[in-house]
Amino acid sequence: MIKLDNVHKSFGNNHVLRGVNLEVKEGTSTVIIGGSGTGKSICIKTILGLVIPEQGTITVDGIDVTKTNRDIFLARFGMLFQGGALFDSLPVWQNVAFRLLRGSLAKPKGEARAIAIEKLRRVGLTPDVADRFPAELSGGMQKRVGLARAIAADPEIIFFDEPTTGLDPIMAGIINDLIREIVTEMGATTITITHDMTSVRTIADHVAMLHGGKIRWAGPVSDMDTASDPYVDQFIHGRAKGPIASVR
Amino acid sequence: MKFLAAIGRTTLIILAAIGRVSLFAWTTLTHLLRTPFYPREMGFALLNIGWLSLPVVGLTAIFTGGALALQIYSGGARFNAEAVVPQIVAIGMVRELGPVLVGLMIAARVTSSIAAEIATMKVTEQIDALVTLSTHPMKYLTVPRVLAATVTVPLLVGIGDIIGIFGGYAVATGTLGFNKAAYVQNTIDFLQLRDVVSSLTKGAFFGFIAALMGCYFGMNSGRGAQGVGRATKGSVEAAAVLILAANFVLTGVFFSL
Repeated sequence: MIKLDNVHKSFGNNHVLRGVNLEVKEGTSTVIIGGSGTGKSICIKTILGLVIPEQGTITVDGIDVTKTNRDIFLARFGMLFQGGALFDSLPVWQNVAFRLLRGSLAKPKGEARAIAIEKLRRVGLTPDVADRFPAELSGGMQKRVGLARAIAADPEIIFFDEPTTGLDPIMAGIINDLIREIVTEMGATTITITHDMTSVRTIADHVAMLHGGKIRWAGPVSDMDTASDPYVDQFIHGRAKGPIASVR
Repeated sequence: MKFLAAIGRTTLIILAAIGRVSLFAWTTLTHLLRTPFYPREMGFALLNIGWLSLPVVGLTAIFTGGALALQIYSGGARFNAEAVVPQIVAIGMVRELGPVLVGLMIAARVTSSIAAEIATMKVTEQIDALVTLSTHPMKYLTVPRVLAATVTVPLLVGIGDIIGIFGGYAVATGTLGFNKAAYVQNTIDFLQLRDVVSSLTKGAFFGFIAALMGCYFGMNSGRGAQGVGRATKGSVEAAAVLILAANFVLTGVFFSL
């Protein structure tokens, strides 16, 4: 289980997280929703140790993330970044197999390549993509390569940061289905950040809404539409009028 | 009082910057000795910094050596000392111009490239991705580049020295009427081992500085295209100034030996 307890983070005068409390149960898919700039990405980056919170504790399976062996800890995670974050200098298959080519999970090159091609197939990409470079791929293909990289080492916990942003509706639907399949088949614990309500309904078991630096509402996805919280109501229906200011 | 406060603030900013760069350099040095190592990255850095810098280093050195020969000849003519061209070209190239010009060319070519590449990686979250893939960015990005520059720039300086001397030789024997065999003999007789050692030592320091500045500014770049631009500009400025300052200090050290 992933637990954030009273997590605070500021950047200068911008107090982004103001006491975030969140629990993500093992083997479930949690989606964090919220307006742009509300700190959703910062939230998952604090779990990974990419951003250090000023206050609060974050535990994974009861262990404080700041007091664990980083290599062993990070080996449990996979992450799909918003822009893919593929390494330009490496061909696609080496991007996917990055973790399998070095470090504690290193495998022989041939085996790593075979796994990479299998993961690419898993996300709907053909083997001929393996030897291309990221710059030669479309945005949707880059996203799927990022997804293949996130699942390459069969991690226990996967984070998806805006997995469908910038994609056409059909490609977004394909990515959503892929993520749901991965969650179901791999039994991974996942946190997804998105604004896309179609993604939320496809991917989520649980939903948490971040607003004003705190978790405003959290609950099962089935309760989201009937939530009495006016912030959730405004957000999920995309209304311009409501308690969430349109100018932020 | 406002004037004193401004001086104090500026001093603090400079000291903080020196502290951050020193800490970055220390962290890089400590990572040099610890596993894992990334031979593939090291190979690419050696190729990019060393081999691919050869043309620009060679062209810079040959033109500088040629111009130096002409300057020494015309300057020396004022007191009937035209004959010292081989000796002054040799000592000027090996002790001073070779290492400094190669260092500055490396700052222009390599430091800017490293800073822009790493800054772009930071902006596009590739550095974060490295961390999530259990790869330390300092080890993967900084160590191979700094090590490759520290190893290859002395070699480039050595090659630059030879090409620069050849430039002087070509001009002196081709247009100034010097005897070819005598020119070479004078150059060999005049140069001492300590001149070559000081040249290569400077090269190692300049290579270290050039790559370190590229990595430092890249890793600490701001957001967006403007952040990448600032990192690139700042890295070249810092590398060039530090190379010239280090040259002064190292020259003083060798002078006192």
